[in-house]
Amino acid sequence: MNATVLIADDEPNIVVSLEFMMKREGHRVLVARDGREALALIRSEKPSLVLLDATMPELSGFDVCEAVRADPGIATTRILMLTAKGRETDVARGLGAGADAYVTKPFATRELLERVREMLT
Amino acid sequence: MSAPLILGLSFGYLLLLFAVAAIAERRAAAGRSLIDNGLVYGLSLGVYCTAWTYFGSVGQAAKSGVWFLPTYLGPMLAMLLAGVVVLRMIRIARTYRITSIADFIASRYGKSPLLAALVTLITVVGILPYIALQLEAVSTGYALMTAAPAGEAAPAYGATAWWRDTALYVALALAAFTILFGTRHLDTAERHEGMVAAIAFESVVKLAAFLAVGVFVTWGLFAGPADIWARAQQVPELRDLGRLGAGSGAGGFAHAQWFAMILLATLSVLLLPRQFQMMVVECVDERHLKRAAWVFPAYLFLINLFVLPIAIGGELYFGAAPVNADTFVLLLPLAEGARALALLVYVGGLSAATAMLIVETVAVSTMVCNDLVMPALFRWRGFGARAGGELTGLLLNIRRVSIVAILLLGYVYFRVAGGAHELVSIGLISFAAVAQFAPALLGGMYWKGGTRLGALGGLTGGFVVWAYTLMLPSFARSGWISADFVAHGPWRLDLLAPEALFGVAGLDNITHALFWSLLVNIGLYVGLSLWRAPGARETSQALLFVDIMKRHHDGGEAPVFWRGRARIADLRALSVRVLGTERGGVLFAGGAEVAAGGALADARLVDRVERRLAGAVGSASARVLVASVVEEEALGLDDVIAILHEATELRAANEKLKSLDQLKDDFISSVTHELRTPLTSIRALSELMLDTPDMDDAQRDAFLRIVVAESERLSRLVNQVLDMAKLESGQAEWQNSDVDLRALIVSSIGAMGALFAERGTEVVADLPASVPPVRADADRLTQVLLNLLSNAAKFVPEGRGRIDVTLTVGARHLEVRVRDNGPGVPPADRAHVFDRFRQGGDALTRPSGTGLGLPISRRIVNHLGGEMWLEPDAGGGACFGFRLPLPAAPEAAEAGRTEQ
Repeated sequence: MNATVLIADDEPNIVVSLEFMMKREGHRVLVARDGREALALIRSEKPSLVLLDATMPELSGFDVCEAVRADPGIATTRILMLTAKGRETDVARGLGAGADAYVTKPFATRELLERVREMLT
Repeated sequence: MSAPLILGLSFGYLLLLFAVAAIAERRAAAGRSLIDNGLVYGLSLGVYCTAWTYFGSVGQAAKSGVWFLPTYLGPMLAMLLAGVVVLRMIRIARTYRITSIADFIASRYGKSPLLAALVTLITVVGILPYIALQLEAVSTGYALMTAAPAGEAAPAYGATAWWRDTALYVALALAAFTILFGTRHLDTAERHEGMVAAIAFESVVKLAAFLAVGVFVTWGLFAGPADIWARAQQVPELRDLGRLGAGSGAGGFAHAQWFAMILLATLSVLLLPRQFQMMVVECVDERHLKRAAWVFPAYLFLINLFVLPIAIGGELYFGAAPVNADTFVLLLPLAEGARALALLVYVGGLSAATAMLIVETVAVSTMVCNDLVMPALFRWRGFGARAGGELTGLLLNIRRVSIVAILLLGYVYFRVAGGAHELVSIGLISFAAVAQFAPALLGGMYWKGGTRLGALGGLTGGFVVWAYTLMLPSFARSGWISADFVAHGPWRLDLLAPEALFGVAGLDNITHALFWSLLVNIGLYVGLSLWRAPGARETSQALLFVDIMKRHHDGGEAPVFWRGRARIADLRALSVRVLGTERGGVLFAGGAEVAAGGALADARLVDRVERRLAGAVGSASARVLVASVVEEEALGLDDVIAILHEATELRAANEKLKSLDQLKDDFISSVTHELRTPLTSIRALSELMLDTPDMDDAQRDAFLRIVVAESERLSRLVNQVLDMAKLESGQAEWQNSDVDLRALIVSSIGAMGALFAERGTEVVADLPASVPPVRADADRLTQVLLNLLSNAAKFVPEGRGRIDVTLTVGARHLEVRVRDNGPGVPPADRAHVFDRFRQGGDALTRPSGTGLGLPISRRIVNHLGGEMWLEPDAGGGACFGFRLPLPAAPEAAEAGRTEQ
């Protein structure tokens, strides 16, 4: 059950909460502060799951998602997209970009954990 | 050939036309229009080629070689301009439901009934000979087909009794056809699907027949064009036919004549009633113009291809025999015994003549009905617009009677005057008559200054000169008036000789007439237009016509030049009376507003009703009808300009509102996004603390600190959003007083002292000993200073930060600069630093910012009459500056006093 989870978000306080949750689940946690860093870590560390913020500097979450799906070495990485915008166009865009799941901010921690557990089994 | 055969063929062909028209109507009813197609539209313009082309071109070519060409070069030229002139005509006609030339001109000059009637009269007088010409062609064709074979001249005109005259029966049969397919709907702005399809079909028939006889002559009777050419060189009279100078007497190239003829043909293809009908009124979709712009010229090219070979071939074939070259196309196959071909050629000629007759009568009957008969009826007491009874049936019947009357008048003209001239000269006289519409119509589309008086004067003058220089001499040649009159002028005043006015000699009669009539016409049109200012309605119509392309481009609705009181019920009753219950009722969406009875119509509805009526009875009559049921305010010129201005302003205001709406949406979406981020942290961390009772104290403590910080951020954000909203809506309260900016800076730095000390930041203030006071709200100004200082503090390096604050006194301003030694603003972000929710720096600094500090600061400074900026190059760090006006400067004082 122990997996490597990458948290990619530019809001440090949100990272704090996500990091706490993932560590309590027993996962190894990596943190990226922007899209470019996230993509580099996905390529080098091959995490099992990425919690990906949609709006980040450098590369947006959507861009990262597309880049991952287009790269055969990491294309199967599971991605859970987090966004502050709950608009339906963003949901569609997120799924279109190839995210496996989509959770809007502010999220309920229990629901997020449930989705993470589902995705890691 | 036997008369029954030819008669049977003629009426068989007409039946075929009926069938084509009926099929087209049925397809249109099923929503699959045959004529909604650029090719069909282009072919239908081929109605330009009448019996005149079919028989006359060869006759003319036999006499004067390539001189037949300008008549077809003109239309080709006109089609080059299709995208400019014709498109404009189509858009105007479509928008204002204009259905004839008369309506077009009258509508442009203030919906003048007088002008409409004048144009209609000119058209009828000018076009009757042309109609007679077509009947004559049919009659001649019939006579030739039924005459004894080979080379016999056409029988003398008037030799047959009228009741045995084919032309009469053709006229009557065509009247029936035209009534059936031309007066199906009352609203002539609605298309005549069947008629257009039949006309396009006729275009194909006459082209095919003409090409067939051309091939027959060129390769059947001779061994190809080269052979004909070579043989022509042997005959002195034929040698020059292929040269450009041919037919112009002296042997040189007649520039003036060619120019005049091309101009005449160019104008005719735009202004002949049938061309206007086909090109403008029946145009289904303006996009078809693109295709027609090459289909129609290509058609003209093809139909002219064999004119010279047939003409020269005929001259060679018949030699000295007295054969009218106008009949070569029929006589050549007949003389060779090619019966089937002769029949085909006869049908081709029939199609050329009937196409013209059908469309011309539809167009002219609409004009006669709407612009001559209806206005007279409206003036007649007891028939006023308030009288009862539907007009629909009556209108259609007037139009039907007009059709029969026009064709019969044409027949009478043919019986009386027929045979006096070659086909071509009759046609040209008609061309010259309709050319008189050019100044008023074309000028009216491009020149707002053209007036009703100018148009009336120009048309009348041009028409009188036309009648004097072309009509009278033509009567003289027919022997109705003294030929001496033509040679020497009335009372033997040579200067007034109709074909050499004021001693202008050396031009042929058409060029001469065109020159003088257009000179007088344009002179009076421009002169009278400039002489007296137009009335309000003329001005408003001029604006609507001339600016049609601009409005189409802007996508804006045209302004409505109408003010007054109109009851919807009255308008509805009027529409139903004129258009019938079904069509008239459609205008009034939903019965509710009508049911109210006393409900008033707005100007736009009145305008819509009037336009709709214009499609049925013409714009001049529609104006009279609408005016009779509503109470109108007479508009002055000032009102017209005011309405136009309002319309422009309204559009600008609408656009501004739309962009403000967009801004508001963007703002709300940004705000919600900004609110969600701290909420996310607060919610997640709180839930985690709740769900983790065994969390260690240090962890819990850290989480709680974040929750508090994020809550602060949230309330700061809410406050600033409200602050921003207040500033933007102008509802902020300003307590302005004389403020000592120096003291304010000192106290602001003091207030931030703890923060600076904590981060090890050095603040250096370079301030003059004293500065003049500025007029400002001290709290607001402090807000600006604190914002700039805290911004700088965020970006300076920890432990060795330095912030320079300078205050300088200018002639009219005080200037403040806050410079830091941080990383500076990246070039890509420089343009956006004052946008809302645009935050610089990395994420670590962000919780303390909201992205609203700088926009709010700038707004405050702007409100105080100053400005705020980011220094272009601050040498490493960022440097923000702002200036405030000193009260001494007058305009600055003005700005400083705008307190609320």
